[in-house]
Amino acid sequence: MMRTRLNLGWGAIRLYTILVYMFMFLPIAVVVLLSFNANQFGSFPMTGLSTRWFETLWQNETIMRAFRTSIVLGLLTAVISTTLGVLASLALVRYSVPGRNLITTLLIAPILVPEVVLAVALLLFLNFLQIGKSFTLLLMGHVIFTLPFVILVVQARLVSIKRDVEEAALSLGASPRQTFMSVTLPLLMPAVAAGGLFAFTISFDDITGTLFWKPGGIETVPTQIFSMLRNSISPEINALGTVIIALTVGLPLLGLALARRMNKTSGG
Amino acid sequence: MSIEAREARQPWILLAPALTAIFLLLIVPLLFIVVYSFWLRSAVGADTPGFFLDNWKAALTDRFYRDILLNTLKISAITTIACALLGYPAAYFIARSQGNKMILLIMLMLPFWISYIIRTMSWINILGVSGALNSVLMSLGIVSEPIQMLYNETTVILGLTHFLLPFMVLNIFVSLDGIDTSLEDAATSLGATRWQAFLQVTLPLSLPGLAAGGLLCFVLGAGTYITPVVLGGPRDAMFANLVFEAIIRQLNWPLGSALSLLLLMVLGVLVAIYNRYLGMAQLAKGLG
Repeated sequence: MMRTRLNLGWGAIRLYTILVYMFMFLPIAVVVLLSFNANQFGSFPMTGLSTRWFETLWQNETIMRAFRTSIVLGLLTAVISTTLGVLASLALVRYSVPGRNLITTLLIAPILVPEVVLAVALLLFLNFLQIGKSFTLLLMGHVIFTLPFVILVVQARLVSIKRDVEEAALSLGASPRQTFMSVTLPLLMPAVAAGGLFAFTISFDDITGTLFWKPGGIETVPTQIFSMLRNSISPEINALGTVIIALTVGLPLLGLALARRMNKTSGG
Repeated sequence: MSIEAREARQPWILLAPALTAIFLLLIVPLLFIVVYSFWLRSAVGADTPGFFLDNWKAALTDRFYRDILLNTLKISAITTIACALLGYPAAYFIARSQGNKMILLIMLMLPFWISYIIRTMSWINILGVSGALNSVLMSLGIVSEPIQMLYNETTVILGLTHFLLPFMVLNIFVSLDGIDTSLEDAATSLGATRWQAFLQVTLPLSLPGLAAGGLLCFVLGAGTYITPVVLGGPRDAMFANLVFEAIIRQLNWPLGSALSLLLLMVLGVLVAIYNRYLGMAQLAKGLG
């Protein structure tokens, strides 16, 4: 039966899929390629390989500051969003809550609202409460924007943790608190890590909301790139792109590895 | 307190922080801009509270806004169709391939993780005047001068398709992966060709995934701000650019509120229709 699939039609689909993958990866590959370009204007034709653009990047104080802002913002977003998300997911997975569907819809509502609208609403409302464009506004925006993704990821992971283990601990005399600390929490850690990485990556990448919320003078990495693009595309941007690609690809792969390990240990 | 009562209260304690955040940072702000959209902008000082229909009249009747709204919907629709046409065969290939399914899927999801702004800008390296395509064309002698391929509607659609394709593939994959392949085998053994079996068995069963992917692509596409600025020309503004212009540049917050809500309502109708027929569960499946 499987042999019949290796016919002309399947070959055509395979070729088509390869072309789709090339469409996805070629522009990214070109960014990485050009970032090592020795050519003075950083464009084609390439004249040789060089790491000079990474050096100028490292010495560019504006970009380094944007990097620090993005990392602090991403970490804080991850901590808050994951805490809220894990608690909510526990409630939804472990208890029969009345109005479950409505609650789930509410919790994932920030995904369904276009980001511009969410950005405008939050900016205007918090401004009304005398909280203007600031790091605080930026942080609140990122938390609300990443929360649904964290909840979806954590919920999916939580389902695979079996309750029997906790019940065993309870029946052997552990208090609910002890059970949570020494049984549930360790089993939960990979889910927490996956949710946190997810929130961090989304926060680190976010640009639309950030442009609405950020005060003048504060730039995150994406808004910094955006403002650099106004002039022209410089090899420095390609170098920065390469660094971000390395980071954003590396982090989720780490998360995936963690999730896999968790799947093995929980037997799910 | 009885154990039952405590057990019943527990989930609400766990849910409280997240629900409070959603209420204070999403629901109340949305209601707030509904109110704000009826206020009147003052040239100096604070906006005038009240019940004025001026902003809504402008948002709904001004030709300029309407043209940009229609243009936004058109660009999102073309992008969604492009994603479906590119994504379906790829998702089918991944779902039906032997063995390395996960690796293929992760590879396609990788660009999804790579910064949106970087992916958008990467097209300048390809299509720009000194980009890859122009230097290939010139070295082959096809053109003598670099041609400007950027900054038009097509490049906006291209950039959006590149951004949204993983959403489409993932959703179609999830529904194709859930279809028992023996159904197709049964159809062929009853005399259908592979193509007929696909059209009459597999394709209809995968429509929920296609619809979920389509909804995501359309909604995310219609709300996009960055792509038209980076890859479009001056005449390719989309609705989110209008909102940004009104809120950040002109500081006309009442009008900006009305425009945001108009976009929300147009897309809300689509989400509601989708929810009515397919439900949110399918969407959650593709995102998780």
